[in-house]
Amino acid sequence: MRSEPVVQVQALVKRYGTKTAVDGLDLVALAGITAVLGPNGAGKTTTVETCEGYRRPDSGTVRVLGLDPVREAAALRPRVGVMLQSGGVYSGARADEMLRHVAKLHAHPLDVDALIERLGLGSCGRTTYRRLSGGQQQRLALAMAVVGRPELVFLDEPTAGLDPQARRATWDLVRDLRRDGVSVILTTHHMDEAEQLADDVAIIDAGRVVAQGSPEQLCRGGAENTLRFTGRPGLDMGSLLKALPADCTGAELTPGAYRVGGKVNPQLLATVTSWCAQHGVMPDRISVERHTLEDVFLELTGKELRS
Amino acid sequence: MTTTTTATGTYAPRPGAAPLLRMIGAQAALETKMLLRNGEQLLLTVIIPALLLTLFGSVDIVDTGAGKAVDFLAPGILALAVMSTAFTGQAIATGFERRYGVLKRLASSPLPRWALMTAKTASVLVTEMLQVALLTAIAFALGWSPHGNPFAVLLLLLLGTAAFSGLGLLMAGTLKAEATLAAANLVFLLLLVGGGVIVPLDRFPSGAQDVLSLLPISALSDGLRDVLQHGAGMPWGDLGILGVWAVVGLAAAGRFFRWE
Repeated sequence: MRSEPVVQVQALVKRYGTKTAVDGLDLVALAGITAVLGPNGAGKTTTVETCEGYRRPDSGTVRVLGLDPVREAAALRPRVGVMLQSGGVYSGARADEMLRHVAKLHAHPLDVDALIERLGLGSCGRTTYRRLSGGQQQRLALAMAVVGRPELVFLDEPTAGLDPQARRATWDLVRDLRRDGVSVILTTHHMDEAEQLADDVAIIDAGRVVAQGSPEQLCRGGAENTLRFTGRPGLDMGSLLKALPADCTGAELTPGAYRVGGKVNPQLLATVTSWCAQHGVMPDRISVERHTLEDVFLELTGKELRS
Repeated sequence: MTTTTTATGTYAPRPGAAPLLRMIGAQAALETKMLLRNGEQLLLTVIIPALLLTLFGSVDIVDTGAGKAVDFLAPGILALAVMSTAFTGQAIATGFERRYGVLKRLASSPLPRWALMTAKTASVLVTEMLQVALLTAIAFALGWSPHGNPFAVLLLLLLGTAAFSGLGLLMAGTLKAEATLAAANLVFLLLLVGGGVIVPLDRFPSGAQDVLSLLPISALSDGLRDVLQHGAGMPWGDLGILGVWAVVGLAAAGRFFRWE
């Protein structure tokens, strides 16, 4: 199912005045879920809004479903769903009223009542948009993006400001979209969101893609993983390392705090604990640190992801 | 496409725009509903014109010249109603739609931009019809006896709508929403006083009269008065003034309107 690219961006440059928001960005997104991950100001929204046809590239090319989002907008618009980062609704409109309206602009919309139910928007009742909570406004924007049964949806920070429950509901819907054959491009600065949802992650920093791949690929590509435990001070690390595969490292960082580096897998964990058992050591606070996208991001850019 | 046409399930893609007329109809209906739901808009478009007509038509406060006050007032108030909807109301509503990303979001929907503007125009015309019906009923209750060619009246109302729409959209598409709100209300008030709506233009010094009579509100109220009060034929001069405002305003709006 991952064949033709749904989005192709080549050497995209976009400036606002003297500020370069996107600086020679290349991105290929295949069918499925692609997360565009980066800190605020990295160029995520500008990139996505160029794909949505809101911005004209200063240079470079953008193709969405094979079409030019500016020149072939009329053909593209019905096929693409858009969730803006904020707003997009008449301040005096009720949630169901606005969603029904967007549905009316499409030939074969989803069942509006079912979508309202699914996203928990039924409780909005007669409340107008400006009085909805931030979470309700976000979910309405998401519903508006999918109600026209698009082939591709762009979600700009879909879970920003949502509580954990609403966040999970959004993730579930995004997964269902993929299951049913809808491609999703989402921007986020939450690495867990990218890790949980995405088939493919593009890490953006300073207007460029600095790494792209599946979450597993990206995490594997970085430094090796780490196992830590505490025990009595002065354990014989030489003896422990002899029991472990040759490429492992080990050290007593501070008295009684031990670190083992290497390919951390169940086998390694079992070897360490059985060595401890043989030497009468209780490995307290044993923990495995797996490499996260956050670490990858830090290595690639020298910046924290959350800013 | 092969991946999408074979997919099944609730969210399986089935994209497509609705027929154009249905989209425009839905958009116009929503815009009208939003306008009628908005209290401040109703104050401007319905309550103020109706109050002014009732008050000045039944109590002799302003000297409106010979004849019944309502015969002078009704055409001016109809002009005011057109201005309140096509200019003030449309400018404020559109300004805030732009500010809150409504125009931006609709721009990525299947509704083409020209169709959105068509729907806005339809919504303005529907609102004006409701206003005209209400104000005409009040005027008749006050003893109004209109004359003239209904076709000339219709033409004046339409050209006035075009002129005020152009100016309102120009303002909404270039200024900040708050600035539009303030400016549109101020202009409404100034033109209410200085545009021959309830105060005859001949109360102003003659130099000022020459300038004021070129305003779209003056042309509209004067033209309507010529026909409805004095039974004139086509008020070509006033139609000409409105035509120029319409062309200049709509062209400038088309050129300078920013959607975000």
